[in-house]
Amino acid sequence: MSASTPARSVAVPAASPRLLALALLTVGLLLTLAYLVAFDQGGLSQSGMYLHELMHDGRHLLGVPCH
Amino acid sequence: MRTFGSLLVRGLIVGLFAGLLAGTFAYVTGEPHIDSAIAIEEAAGTAHTHDANGKAVPAEAEEEPLVSRDGQRFGLFLATSLYGVALGGIFAVGFALLRRRLRTPSDSYAALGLAAAGYVGIVLVPFLKYPPNPPAVGDPETITKRTVTYLLTIVIGLLAVWAGVAASRWSARFGSEPWIRLVAGAAAFVVTVVAAYLILPTISEVPGSFPATLLWEFRLASLGTQTTLWLLLGLGYAAAIDRRTAKAEPEVVVA
Repeated sequence: MSASTPARSVAVPAASPRLLALALLTVGLLLTLAYLVAFDQGGLSQSGMYLHELMHDGRHLLGVPCH
Repeated sequence: MRTFGSLLVRGLIVGLFAGLLAGTFAYVTGEPHIDSAIAIEEAAGTAHTHDANGKAVPAEAEEEPLVSRDGQRFGLFLATSLYGVALGGIFAVGFALLRRRLRTPSDSYAALGLAAAGYVGIVLVPFLKYPPNPPAVGDPETITKRTVTYLLTIVIGLLAVWAGVAASRWSARFGSEPWIRLVAGAAAFVVTVVAAYLILPTISEVPGSFPATLLWEFRLASLGTQTTLWLLLGLGYAAAIDRRTAKAEPEVVVA
C-alpha cells in the first residue's frame, strides 16, 4: 500500500505510538470545542444558555439540529 | 517532512480563516432568512427563549432575551470560526495519519481528496437525510433524537466514503479500466448511504404553514456556508503545506 508512494514525497511523520497518542489527545480536545459550538446547552460551558444563544445562528447555519 | 505540530498548526490557522469566511457567507446569505423565520415565530406567538435551566419557555414581549439579535449576529462569526478551528485541526490530524494511505505523490491532491471525502461524509450525507431548519421550526421535545440521528448520519457518511474507496481499490483486481473502479466505488457508497437512509427514522417537523421558499432558501444558505468552509479548508490546507510556499524550510529526504 505505502510501497506505491515514494517516501520522499510523503510530508508526514512516521506512525508511532507517540504520534497516535498526540493525535488522539488533539482530536479529543477539538471535538470538545466542536461540541461546545454545535451541541452544548449549558452543561459543558457552565454559562447557562448564554453561549448556546450567542452562537445560535451559527449552529443553525452550520446544519446542526436545534430547536 | 513536516512535524505533527507543523501540520496541526496549519490546520488550525486555515480552519480559522475558512470559518471566518464561511461566517461572512452565512451572514450575507443566511441572516435575512433567520430574521424572517424569527418574525414568523413571533407573529405566531410561539416564540420561545431559554431560562437558566435550558428549558424552552414562552417569551414575554417585554422580556429581555439572553442574547440580543445583534449579539447573535456577532455570535455567528464566533461559532463558524471556532467550528472552523476544530474542523481544521481534526482535518490536519486526519491528514497526518492517513497521508501515507492516499495513493498520490502530491500532498496537495491528498489534502484536496481528504477535504472532498470529509465534505461528502460530514456535510452532504447528513444534509440529504436531515436538512437543517431555521429557528422556529424544530420541536424542542425531539432535540435529543434529532441530535443523535444527525451524528449517526455523519458517522455513516464517513463510513460510506471509506466503503467506496475500499471497494474501488478492491475492484482493481478485476481489471485496470478506470470505469471498473469508479462503478465499484460509487456502488458501495450509494448502497451504504441508501441503506442507512431507509433504516434511520424520518423526521418531519416543519409546520405546513411555514413558507416553503423561506425554508428552501435557508437550507441553501446553510449548505453554502458548509460548502464554503470545506472548500476553503481543502484549498487552504493544500496551499499551506505546499513546499513552494515554505521557502525557509529545507528539503528533507526521508529514508
